[in-house]
Amino acid sequence: MNIDNLSPAILTLVTFVPLGGALLLLLLPRRDRDIRIFSLVVSLLTFVLSLHLPVHFHRAQAGFQYEIDQSWISSPNIHYHMGIDGISLWLVVLTTFLTPLCVLISWKAVHDRVKEFFILLLVLETALIGVFTSLDLFLFYFFWEATLIPMALLIGVFGHERKVYAAVKFFMYTMIASVFMLAAILWLYAHTGSFDFVVIRDRIMSGSVPNFPAAAQWLFLGFFIAFAVKVPLFPLHTWLPDAHVEAPTAGSVLLAGVLLKMGTYGMLRFNLGLFPVQSRSNAPWIMVLALIGIVYGALVAMVQPNMKKLIAYSSVSHLGFVVLGIFSFTQLGLNGAMFVMLAHGVSTGALFMLAGILHERRHTYEISEFGGLASPMPVYAASFMFIVLASVGLPLLNGFVGEFLVLSGAFQARAIYGILGATGVIWSACYLLWMYQRVFFGKLTHPINNSMADMIGVEKAAIWPCALAALVMGVAPILWLGAIDPAVAAALTPFMQVASKVVGR
Amino acid sequence: MTPNLNLWLIPVLPLAGAAINGFLGKKSSRAAVSVVALFFSGAAFVWALAVAFRSFGTLPYEEYVAHWIRSGSFTADFAFYLDQLSLVMLLVVTGVGFLIHVYSVGYMWEDPGYYRFFSYLNLFLFFMLTLVLANNYLLMFIGWEGVGLASYLLIGFWFTKDSAASAGKKAFIVNRIGDFGFLIGLFLIIQHFHSLNFTQVFDQIHPIASETAGAGLLTSIGILLMVGACGKSAQIPLYIWLPDAMEGPTPVSALIHAATMVTAGVYMVARSHVIFERAPVALTVVAIIGTLTALFAATIGIAQTDIKKVLAYSTVSQLGYMFMACGVGAFSAGIFHLMTHAFFKGLLFLAAGSVIHAVGGEQDMRKMGGLRTYIPVTFATMLIATIAIAGIPPLAGFWSKDEILWQAYQTNWVYWLIGLITAFITSFYMFRLLFMTFFGDYHGIHVDEHGRSSHGHDGHGHGEPHESPMVMLVPLMILAFLSLVGGLVGIGNRFEHFLAPVFGSAEAAQTAGHGTELLLMLVSVVVALLGAMLAWLLYLSKPYLPQKIAAALGGFYEAVVNKYYVDELYATVFVKPLVDGSTKILWQGVDRKVIDDSINDAADGARHVSDEVRHMQSGNLRSYAGWIAAGAAVLIAYMIWLGVRG
Repeated sequence: MNIDNLSPAILTLVTFVPLGGALLLLLLPRRDRDIRIFSLVVSLLTFVLSLHLPVHFHRAQAGFQYEIDQSWISSPNIHYHMGIDGISLWLVVLTTFLTPLCVLISWKAVHDRVKEFFILLLVLETALIGVFTSLDLFLFYFFWEATLIPMALLIGVFGHERKVYAAVKFFMYTMIASVFMLAAILWLYAHTGSFDFVVIRDRIMSGSVPNFPAAAQWLFLGFFIAFAVKVPLFPLHTWLPDAHVEAPTAGSVLLAGVLLKMGTYGMLRFNLGLFPVQSRSNAPWIMVLALIGIVYGALVAMVQPNMKKLIAYSSVSHLGFVVLGIFSFTQLGLNGAMFVMLAHGVSTGALFMLAGILHERRHTYEISEFGGLASPMPVYAASFMFIVLASVGLPLLNGFVGEFLVLSGAFQARAIYGILGATGVIWSACYLLWMYQRVFFGKLTHPINNSMADMIGVEKAAIWPCALAALVMGVAPILWLGAIDPAVAAALTPFMQVASKVVGR
Repeated sequence: MTPNLNLWLIPVLPLAGAAINGFLGKKSSRAAVSVVALFFSGAAFVWALAVAFRSFGTLPYEEYVAHWIRSGSFTADFAFYLDQLSLVMLLVVTGVGFLIHVYSVGYMWEDPGYYRFFSYLNLFLFFMLTLVLANNYLLMFIGWEGVGLASYLLIGFWFTKDSAASAGKKAFIVNRIGDFGFLIGLFLIIQHFHSLNFTQVFDQIHPIASETAGAGLLTSIGILLMVGACGKSAQIPLYIWLPDAMEGPTPVSALIHAATMVTAGVYMVARSHVIFERAPVALTVVAIIGTLTALFAATIGIAQTDIKKVLAYSTVSQLGYMFMACGVGAFSAGIFHLMTHAFFKGLLFLAAGSVIHAVGGEQDMRKMGGLRTYIPVTFATMLIATIAIAGIPPLAGFWSKDEILWQAYQTNWVYWLIGLITAFITSFYMFRLLFMTFFGDYHGIHVDEHGRSSHGHDGHGHGEPHESPMVMLVPLMILAFLSLVGGLVGIGNRFEHFLAPVFGSAEAAQTAGHGTELLLMLVSVVVALLGAMLAWLLYLSKPYLPQKIAAALGGFYEAVVNKYYVDELYATVFVKPLVDGSTKILWQGVDRKVIDDSINDAADGARHVSDEVRHMQSGNLRSYAGWIAAGAAVLIAYMIWLGVRG
């Protein structure tokens, strides 16, 4: 009974506990150790709370659950409307899963302005969760923009050499793109009198929005550009490598792990949800861009001399898979896209943490500065290998399931999409194994590396949960797909109707 | 009432061994590691034997374990399938696998990575058995990729050596190219048959008529599956990784790169025979690739001086025979050769390992010679294996190779002829190996000499060449026994009859008579003996001749020694353009110059405008944010106005 009583408030709790923690941090004295422990406790508490969501989730049910809908401002008509379905459920859990790991990996790495760092981290967590839980477009937009400030500050204040350049570039790029989405949201409000996603969707589906057919393509693009920059979709990706290279490790983890998924989540929720007809008509060029992203991102990743840039470009490639899956409009493709999002969050998050471990010891990400590390750092090398295998999509680890589903979905949509996308399985092996060889195999080329310490406790505590998650996701994807599948089927229903209208036989 | 065979135990047992040694092995003694590794691989073998006895009359048998992937109506589960085909594979993999585990205890004893080695080796068995026992293509693909992983880890086992690390990576990537084709084949199957389950897919294909008029769906699927098989089983054009894979410890070469993993492609094609039988064009592709590879790799084998490299090219060539068999529709002959090859090629590698062990890590045959008196047991087993692979009766290789040649002859005499030429070359290079290694004078280096070559791979100090310990010799003897008698199961087509429930019986379709079969048999025996005699002539009787011949052949000989420059060709045509193009065109060109610079220019432009008009440029974050906000506000106002008006 107690648990059931929690359900109506659970989304509010999960979303705002980190913010509450951040506010309490403001009051705490500047004792770094206390601040770290407190942040860890808050983020773990959030994670535990968020586990309530999948545990009590009704898997077979497609609609929104744990919904809360209260009027917030009457004019304009803004609601505090939150709810999750099988699509957003796991993205929330991914966020709450990664944040405590970010705290751990920053344990030793951050020693300046510790308090500010963890405050920003927790604020960022609230904003990220809010993006996935909001069902009111205004609320969504609020959280969407709210992620920018802590992330830009994390990069700009706690980053490396060119941090200000990277922070400004990140901020400008995504902010400018978001304006188009805001414009589209406001148009929808002006024509429906509501910011409520469900209301707007139903009005659009019933054809009762005035002037909608004329504006639909522009509205679609307004949302799409904001999301495409965030993903990032080729050729809007150049902010990403700079942001990653300069960002502190925790920033990179949340950036790649969660922030990018805001874009693909947005496409799935809003572009497909509100504009099915336009999604279909725009799909060909979007899929082409996604394919370019897959191949291009991988090839450019392959030749990067900087480990973090390599991982950043590999994200461009992986997120290309997600977009490809979404715009295949097949059950396989969408399930796969969701799964790639989660898998990429776990394994790329771990890769960034692993890169951060090297940076902390040698203050460089240059691959040529390393070599032969498997001898002095065997545990680190084994952990790194495990995550690399997850990332190259070895079956029984998490990367494979998503890639396979996406590609078979894309193949069904159009064979050539699946074929070109499937070259990605070759490229990912090229860039990751080559990098791994140069860093870990061969003889030690730099004597200084001989004395490098192997992984320490907090680092293991940060990496190994990711490795475990990668394994469980690969062996038992059914645990995740069980909730995703009905939600995806529901998201695809309008497409079946569109298709049957078009085919009409 | 079918008994529950608990097939899942067979792969899971070695997995448990791999996990125990992987996590705890570092702190355990070598003895403990050995006990764990041998217990779990041996238990898998014992269980496989038990299954073999209990399964009589119940085949085919299916066993569902758990859900794996479900998406809409598509499912792929952890479920196992046992029929006569997988039973043969099962026994070969666990049996030979266990023997090689035993051998490795002796071979790897002094290696600092002992526990790691056995953890990987057990892991390999897990994936290989998953591959063999899968009841659907996707579970098979788990095993398929997984054995690739084990192969990658074991080729690069001595990872401080750059050549070993590179060879491992090369193997993985080249296999991935094959997997690319395999995957697309699977996508086609999903698209048209909505399942990857063997039974469900093949049941739908059975009523489909043979695609005689060239390319159709089944032909496409067949060719794509063959692309995957080319990667895993080292066929043209993807064979290049296998010779390099000899960087791995020799037991690995025996187990993974000769007896089991590399035959996975043959198994997969045979498993998909329902598809191939209805796609004659795909079958022809298989036959041509197999035949060409058999000949091509054999010719390279002639000129190799590294004992393991000779065997590697020999393996590529013998796998070509297996594909030739599949390609002419003689799947059971292909599987028969797969089995005998596992015996004699596994033995050849283990014996070569024993030789290498005896001479302190040397692999160059020119620095061996005369070893038969030093290591008589190894010599005896190697002799048996050589006769077996050369195709001289009544040893194992004769029966299976002859079956293939006979079936090939019935399809097209060209296959037969090339197969026969390959048999001649095979016999020649194998006896060349035997003579160079065991006959003549010992050219190696003794303990009292200084500065001996240190590139030997496990170069522990040795004096006189010495025989290996019993733990290595017993597996040799068992495999030698199997190489002696393993072919006898094929007499009177008994092996084919055993597999008939899987492949059906093609006996009725014999066009040529029994007399022709005997004649061809005689021809191939003569050819094998001629090959052996030529080797005797060139390497024992007149040892000055090979150099003269080499000189006379000039450039052609150079090309053969350099493996026809295929690696160099691939490097120039594929690898270098890809790396350079990605660096110069994509990254520094498109990414930096085109995209990023134009965006920065646009930003600069905007900044200059504001600079001149308003003198507001400050370069800090807040000011930019302010501008963005102001711009947004204008746009928002405009949109609202539009909205209100509309």
